[in-house]
Amino acid sequence: MRYKSQKVAYWFFALSMLLIILQLTYGFIMAFAHMGYDGLHEIIPFNTAIAVHKNLLVVWILSGFMGAAYYIIPDEAETELCCPKLAYLQLIALAVVGVIAIVGFHFEWWEGRKFLEIPRELDYLVVVDVLLFLFIILATLWKGKKRTTTALVLSGGLVGAALLYLPGMIWFDNHAYDSFFRWWVVHLWVEGVWELIMGGILAYLLIRLTGVDREVIEKWLYVIVGLTFLSGILGTGHHYYYTGTPSYWLTIGGIFSALEPLAFLGMALFAMVMYRKGEKKHPNKLALMWTLGSAILAFVGAGMLGLAHTLPQVNLWTHGTLVTAMHGHMAFWGAYGMLVFAFITYVMPNLTGRKRYFTKTGEYAFWIANIGMILMTSAFAAAGVQQVALERIAGFDFMEVANELWYHFFVLIIAASIFSTGVLMFIWEFYKYGTPSDSALQAQEEFQPISE
Amino acid sequence: MLTKKQAMLFFMLGTFLFSIIFIGLTYDTVTRGIPKHTHEENMTDAVVRGRTLWDQHNCMGCHTIMGEGAYYAPELTKVYERRGPGYIKAVLMSKTPWAPRGRKMVAYGFSEEEADDLVAFLKWIGEADLNGFPPKPTFKPQSKD
Ligand code: HEC
Ligand code: HEM
Ligand SMILES: [Fe+2]
Repeated sequence: MRYKSQKVAYWFFALSMLLIILQLTYGFIMAFAHMGYDGLHEIIPFNTAIAVHKNLLVVWILSGFMGAAYYIIPDEAETELCCPKLAYLQLIALAVVGVIAIVGFHFEWWEGRKFLEIPRELDYLVVVDVLLFLFIILATLWKGKKRTTTALVLSGGLVGAALLYLPGMIWFDNHAYDSFFRWWVVHLWVEGVWELIMGGILAYLLIRLTGVDREVIEKWLYVIVGLTFLSGILGTGHHYYYTGTPSYWLTIGGIFSALEPLAFLGMALFAMVMYRKGEKKHPNKLALMWTLGSAILAFVGAGMLGLAHTLPQVNLWTHGTLVTAMHGHMAFWGAYGMLVFAFITYVMPNLTGRKRYFTKTGEYAFWIANIGMILMTSAFAAAGVQQVALERIAGFDFMEVANELWYHFFVLIIAASIFSTGVLMFIWEFYKYGTPSDSALQAQEEFQPISE
Repeated sequence: MLTKKQAMLFFMLGTFLFSIIFIGLTYDTVTRGIPKHTHEENMTDAVVRGRTLWDQHNCMGCHTIMGEGAYYAPELTKVYERRGPGYIKAVLMSKTPWAPRGRKMVAYGFSEEEADDLVAFLKWIGEADLNGFPPKPTFKPQSKD
């Protein structure tokens, strides 16, 4: 069912698109600095650029998740969104906090904690904003007619993500505690509750796009998120190998994190099998491409490339090198970036009433962005392996090795340009759709089977 | 065949069980493990002040420490052992961007006291038991400097 209040989702996606452009810009600044061209050093030193790059990433993905939730929950619960005005307020608050944080980073207004650089004062605002968001989602679910598994898993993930932000707000005098609880946020997000959000969104998309029976899809959804927590919770131990923590984490973290790819394999199989099983084919082929693509690249980036350095015997050598950057990029892109893109591609025709299901630009955007990301990952991999070999194994000085690695960053910049071209084409398509219309949301027909 | 209810049960029980284990291990790590491994008794006021400066200036946005941070500048866990306090203080107090090997650090121009605090912090972290990290190189070449 479609509801007028779902429109608000569009503005969250628009915010996402804007923030991606900024994120990529700061990424280029860093790649050039790695190559030796740090002309912006005085205004935007590397640590400012990286804080902006990472936080924008998190905020645009969260904004995408929020937009998706504002669209999915009314549909699944079969009711208008509770208090849509508050949802707009929540959006504006999110954008304002984001902008203040980003500007603040240029003036050293931050905490030196990877991924959680937002200063304490702003953390409180983030908490208020997220509480408002959760209130709207949960109130909608409450007053709705139905509480589907898909909606519950999605909401569970969102509530979990909010709760897990809190341990990241405690100050510790001992740096090792700070590191320990920082992973409660970062790891238990991306390898825990965010996977619930991913599973929920994926299930929603698969139900709509393939027409497979909801009961079947939701059953497997439980299995997948079951695997996520079974492996991912103790898998946190892969960040506790070498950070002032007891050595039992080497065994526990090693075993359980090595099981984490199963959940991502589950997602990939889930998407592909349901796609094959589905008798109806939704005309929105691009949405299907992004959905399947996301599930598959999540398995490659998070599952396979994560596995590559998760055993303590390997991680001893690769820990804190560019090998980590290789994995981080494809994991975030595949699992969460592409998922947001998939969702946007799915909802834009519904929101705007324009049935631009398959455009050439849209199709090229998919391929160019993904080929670009695969090349970027390769450049990071080559740089990472060379760094490990020369610095860690052969014992050369860090800077001597870093000066050798410039050519990988040259390749990275070429690859990133390809990737950015794809992303910009996607954003162009988004722009071409125009803004949502009430009449589109009043048209209720959803499924138009087409013959292949 | 697996039913939806069984699948839900698998999810609930697994999550509950592993959360409990995780919280138990966390309790042990937090109360016994970390204080022992980091020699918390050696954590002087200077170390805490150094840690505060470390946080305020986001040194982890370029450097790694205990292997965590960014990959733009040297790993600093063992920098005290590698360079000694004099060298480190020169880096930290420099009024122009420190860059003997070409890549620029931010010119913080710290005061003598601040530099001492950061040195204390780096010395303390260098003494922590990190289960063998950073590993000793398998082959040790002659470094140029
Ligand atoms: C903009 C990135 C950047 C930031 C921020 C930064 N550094 Fe550095 N730092 C570097 C680079 C690059 C070098 C290596 C310079 C060289 O040897 O040519 C370095 C070198 C050092 C060294 C000497 C390491 C060695 O093995 O020679 C120490 C110690 C150090 N920095 C401490 C700090 C501290 C403490 C902070 C935070 C207050 C900090 N740095 C912030 C980039 C940075
Ligand atoms: C979508 C899911 C995932 C995302 C988004 C993701 C992202 C990241 C990021 C950004 C980092 C760097 C963090 C930092 O240094 O602060 C990281 C580290 C790491 N990830 Fe993942 N990851 C995911 C899944 C996995 C999985 C499934 C595994 C294991 C199989 C894994 C193994 C690791 C390991 C071992 C590290 C530590 C690297 C080091 O020692 O420096 N990741 N991940
Ligand atoms: Fe992790």
